[in-house]
Amino acid sequence: MSTHVADTVENALATPDKVQPYGALGLKDDEYAEIRKILGRRPTSGELAMYSVMWSEHCSYKSSKIYLRQFGQKVSEKMKEKLMVGMGENAGVVDVGEGWAVTFKVESHNHPSYIEPFQGAATGVGGIVRDIISMGARPVAVMDQLRFGAIDHPDTPRVLHGVVGGISFYGNCLGLPNIGGETYFDSCYQGNPLVNALSVGVLRHEDLHLANASGVGNKIVLFGARTGGDGIGGASILASDSFDSTGPTKRPAVQVGDPFAEKVLIECCLELYREGLVEGIQDLGAAGISCATSELASNGDGGMFVELDHVLLRDPTLTAEEILMSESQERMMAVVKPELLDQFMAVVNKWDVETSVLGEVTDTGRLIIHHGGEEIVNVDPRTVAIDGPVYERPLAYPTWIDALNADSADKLARPTSGADLKDQFLQLVASPNLADKSLITTQYDYFVMGNTALSFPDDAGMIRVDEESGLGFSIATDANGRYCQLDPYQGARLALAEAYRNVAVSGAVPAAVTDCLNFGSPENPEVMWQFKRAVEGLADGCLELEIPVTGGNVSFYNQTGDAPIHPTPVVGVLGVIDDVARRIPSSWQDEGNNIYLLGITRTELDGSAWAGTIHNHLGGLPPMVDMGQEKELADLLHGAAIESLVLSAHDLSDGGLGQALAESVMRFGVGARVWLDEIIERDGVDAATALFSESTGRVIVSVPREDDVRFLGLCEARNYPVLRIGVTDQGGADAKLDIQGMFEVTVDEIRQRSNETLPKYFG
Amino acid sequence: MRVGVITFPGSLDERDAQRAVRLAGGTPVALWHGAHDLEGVEAIILPGGFSYGDYLRAGSIASHAPIMAEVIDAAHKGMPVLGICNGFQMLAEARLVPGAHGRNDCGTFVRRDQKLIVENNTTAWTKDFTQGEEIIIPLKNADGRFVADADTIKRIEDNGQVTFRYVGMNPNGSLDDIAGVSNEAGNVVGLMPHPEHAVEPGFGPDTAQAMRSGLDGLKFFTSVIQSTLLAKA
Repeated sequence: MSTHVADTVENALATPDKVQPYGALGLKDDEYAEIRKILGRRPTSGELAMYSVMWSEHCSYKSSKIYLRQFGQKVSEKMKEKLMVGMGENAGVVDVGEGWAVTFKVESHNHPSYIEPFQGAATGVGGIVRDIISMGARPVAVMDQLRFGAIDHPDTPRVLHGVVGGISFYGNCLGLPNIGGETYFDSCYQGNPLVNALSVGVLRHEDLHLANASGVGNKIVLFGARTGGDGIGGASILASDSFDSTGPTKRPAVQVGDPFAEKVLIECCLELYREGLVEGIQDLGAAGISCATSELASNGDGGMFVELDHVLLRDPTLTAEEILMSESQERMMAVVKPELLDQFMAVVNKWDVETSVLGEVTDTGRLIIHHGGEEIVNVDPRTVAIDGPVYERPLAYPTWIDALNADSADKLARPTSGADLKDQFLQLVASPNLADKSLITTQYDYFVMGNTALSFPDDAGMIRVDEESGLGFSIATDANGRYCQLDPYQGARLALAEAYRNVAVSGAVPAAVTDCLNFGSPENPEVMWQFKRAVEGLADGCLELEIPVTGGNVSFYNQTGDAPIHPTPVVGVLGVIDDVARRIPSSWQDEGNNIYLLGITRTELDGSAWAGTIHNHLGGLPPMVDMGQEKELADLLHGAAIESLVLSAHDLSDGGLGQALAESVMRFGVGARVWLDEIIERDGVDAATALFSESTGRVIVSVPREDDVRFLGLCEARNYPVLRIGVTDQGGADAKLDIQGMFEVTVDEIRQRSNETLPKYFG
Repeated sequence: MRVGVITFPGSLDERDAQRAVRLAGGTPVALWHGAHDLEGVEAIILPGGFSYGDYLRAGSIASHAPIMAEVIDAAHKGMPVLGICNGFQMLAEARLVPGAHGRNDCGTFVRRDQKLIVENNTTAWTKDFTQGEEIIIPLKNADGRFVADADTIKRIEDNGQVTFRYVGMNPNGSLDDIAGVSNEAGNVVGLMPHPEHAVEPGFGPDTAQAMRSGLDGLKFFTSVIQSTLLAKA
């Protein structure tokens, strides 16, 4: 047994001058003083543990809160119509019709994934999935947004293999289809990879559950895995401090995941919901029991009594403070009516899930925790979970940004000959960020559950929700750190517009947004300015598109030493489709159909994949984006999907038209003949710009000849710019992409170049 | 026809198997690993997944689940039993089919649309195929490498117990490209790829005709269900 004696409230009163290690727990002097003021005494060590984790940047959003409020303020009536649960809960919930709702959220697990890539990424999946379960939903899909250092850096394989292995291991074991995501390489992520995990769940409206502890006398039940010594202080130490090569090793702070325990927990929770045995529920993630008890109590009747001795332990030597802070995975906390407790226990026993009753809901307004018969915590839970510190951090317009913006890609040499265009086209196809990602995606199961209508390499993932009606949702995420480095306001809008467009090309109607805002240190005024601008851009963009932000996550301190990452706001857009049978594939599968380009091409090469790959250049201003146009385009594509007028639709983004054509011919091996003359003439651009510009509001579609007139009618009715730029050609061994008058390249060669890049470094 | 699909802790593809039974004209019956009751079913499917987290060895713990006593008994009496992926591993652990499984030779989980050749169309689960037919169904596993000693390999090859073989490429290093095997009587079949993921247009593997349109998995289920219906008619 442990010889450690927990610090009691009585003891705290008796020894007011005891020196406490709040600094090592991540609390600043003024924060500690504030805690003493709130309590009217010094905190007990257990209380100090709770406040330190809950007031950490990761849990309290203390630097971002004042900006995130915009997502709730910049909203129209239309944006509220389908929103069942907005920001602030475990995940947002959107009404998708027919009595169904969808909940979704993206979250970061960046810092643990650098230290211990496999477990960091695996528990990232586990954590976001538990957020989805806590809403009362069955998780039905995952996707991951990954950003690694330079592809040729010696440390990148360690991180990539670990992260991908962890996601594959955990996600596949949970039986959740992995339907999309992103993989980027950039040296700005070398010492700080980004591992974001997104999950989507579906539920009937009546099954919605919220994290609140109401009903005096209701039992507080902890179930799932036992509490161990892993992840102690993970939230406050790992996520709130940047890596310092001289510091002590922080390895033990990373949690270890067991997907089998989580899979059983999912099925167990769903059965508990079906049987109506749960009043409120909360998953245990960052800050473990500290977070779950204080949040449940704050959101409910305000009082809770817990006996910590009842927590089932993996390691009996854990101290009370460690039990409060432990981030052991695969645990849930439920509020259960006393008369339903026997039925509750019958279900958890059926699933062999270990369970203990910790205490009950009270009306005292206090969260009181006992250990060994003594009171070790007595706090107002709102002061822990809700009314934490809020900072208005100093902002500074970056000293370097004007010079960066002045350094446009317009001055870079552009190819004019067919041979040079072909060479650069293939260089882009083979570049790390555009190359084939099968080496990663073949490690993910997308078939499980049998409802996957679209997945990588399609522009969006799509899942059927209702097997009878075919109702489904589509989801895509995007972020372009290069654009955000040039202009975070515009960069965030561009990420939103691209994700929105990716959902639209699948035939779905965009409905809601989630985000994971990855930035450097908030204590750096230039980073704080980037953050402020990105949030403003995203909030303004959502208002213009009239789709609400339903939830998300902020990840600060993404930097090594003093060098912050490029601002990387990952934006996820979810759309609804009445019948997934009407989904639009992203590539053509048949010969002899017309290829149309929707939208205008401008000379917008600043920050482009072309500038980066060919010239190793980043400068200028990112492309403009017109949200009105994006809405028109989405509306047009939805109309085309309903009338089944288009056989395929592919968004133009990184790498421009050239890359979209390459992906279109590679997918099913069906070639194309394409002419650029009319684009060049109408839009006043050169051939290189036509192929490589990243202007927004553009999509290529393939249309059967017999539907030409109706399709063009659809475009004319919306006055949307459209040009016929080619026809789909034969498939088979001789399939080729013929950019007429410029160059020809076989589909085999494009594939070879695209497929060889990742295996070269990670094979 | 009632076809039982057993759920073990960690089963993942049981709902897919149930859907496949339904689309093939049968009535799926959800069976629970902890019950000693087959509920009067006429055929049984052990679905894919990571039962018990694949702890110890894939399929090992599940092969000792309470309901497996009834499954083994019924299998010996001739009831059709299909083990898919983790279910195949359970059948091998329970000694209902020959062989065992090791880690994929590439070292990672592999998911792909896999081409197979039907080597024996006389088993309970392959009657609706033609001998030598090539089919494409999804493959997805981490421990899919079929292994057996040389005597066993010779015996099952001679007996026609090799039911399916990988074609074009061997995705996991299985001996003799073996993807599926049966017992001697042919009522019990285990295979690594997933026929239940190729039964419904729009959700299967890609084909030359259309995206996700592959339905080659359906014949596994009709083989059992339709022949039983015909026998009753």
